[in-house]
Amino acid sequence: MATDGHQEHPLSVYLWIWVLLFVLSAFSYAVDYIGLEGYLRWSLILIFMVAKAGLIIAIFMHMVWERLALIYAILGPPLLLSFFIGFMAIEGDYTFLTRLNFFGETDFVAQHHTDESH
Amino acid sequence: MASNMTESQATTVQEGLQGFAQDWSSDKQTFHVPWGKAMMWIFLLSDTFIFGCFLTSYMNVRMSTRVPWPNPSEVFALSFGGEPIPLILIAIMTFVLITSSGTMALAVNYGYRRDRAKTAALMFITAAFGATFVGMQAFEWTKLIVDEGVRPWENPMGAPQFGATFFMITGFHGAHVSIGVIYLAVVAMKVLKGDYEASGNYEIVEITGLYWHFVDLVWVFIFAFFYLW
Repeated sequence: MATDGHQEHPLSVYLWIWVLLFVLSAFSYAVDYIGLEGYLRWSLILIFMVAKAGLIIAIFMHMVWERLALIYAILGPPLLLSFFIGFMAIEGDYTFLTRLNFFGETDFVAQHHTDESH
Repeated sequence: MASNMTESQATTVQEGLQGFAQDWSSDKQTFHVPWGKAMMWIFLLSDTFIFGCFLTSYMNVRMSTRVPWPNPSEVFALSFGGEPIPLILIAIMTFVLITSSGTMALAVNYGYRRDRAKTAALMFITAAFGATFVGMQAFEWTKLIVDEGVRPWENPMGAPQFGATFFMITGFHGAHVSIGVIYLAVVAMKVLKGDYEASGNYEIVEITGLYWHFVDLVWVFIFAFFYLW
């Protein structure tokens, strides 16, 4: 355990995390390259994303060796974003349904261009 | 807490500006890390909210449009003479940024070993990878704007919001990378000159590293939500 913010760890730790990040990135790209669809695609994207973000924060940014006071202060507040994301998802859904109601299913881009040509 | 306060402490509490300064300079420390490091973390926290808002608004417009969203896999495909390879430029950019994160982590390590030459060299390599990333992004923007006619208000592939969110999110991230390259170069020069030899304190390398890893971290989320989703 490092004291007073002095973070010196064996080089091998960084090299291993580096390799892992490469492998995880390759997996993320493979999801698109293979062309997976639907829930399998979305869950794999999220799993690889969280794994990569976790490794970067924990090891490269040394968060795993910091004291709880710092960890909670930095990682706690962003959790509030999940409420915001939830509200915006509901809002986005509502806007979508309202647009369908008022404009129908017609293509917005095509309509936009015909309006201009008048 | 008033109950914890001894009488002598209570009598010395001052009012007005003196009191304000006294309250903030009292002998308390929450974060047992160097001052600069705590400040960098708090800056990065605020930056998290900025990128959080960008990605959330992107989610909102993508969910609410009636027009099909352009397929990023095809939009960002690149052909090297043969069949177009999906998303290949973005994949290379991802690997470039991860490589730079690795060299940065090594630079921090050599900084604490007080190996000035290796630290500075690794930081310059990191900056070079960062500059490469920005260069590839400039290429990507040029291709999209000039060849494919993507604008913040319309594009030939589908939902007009695609351009607005794309330029906003990748532009803001690219600006962060560009600033990081300058930041890295400045600190690397100072390390090389031996500015930190007197104190023997190489925390600044770790603080610079925090910023750089954050830039890589943001890209992880942009890659997942904008390019892969």
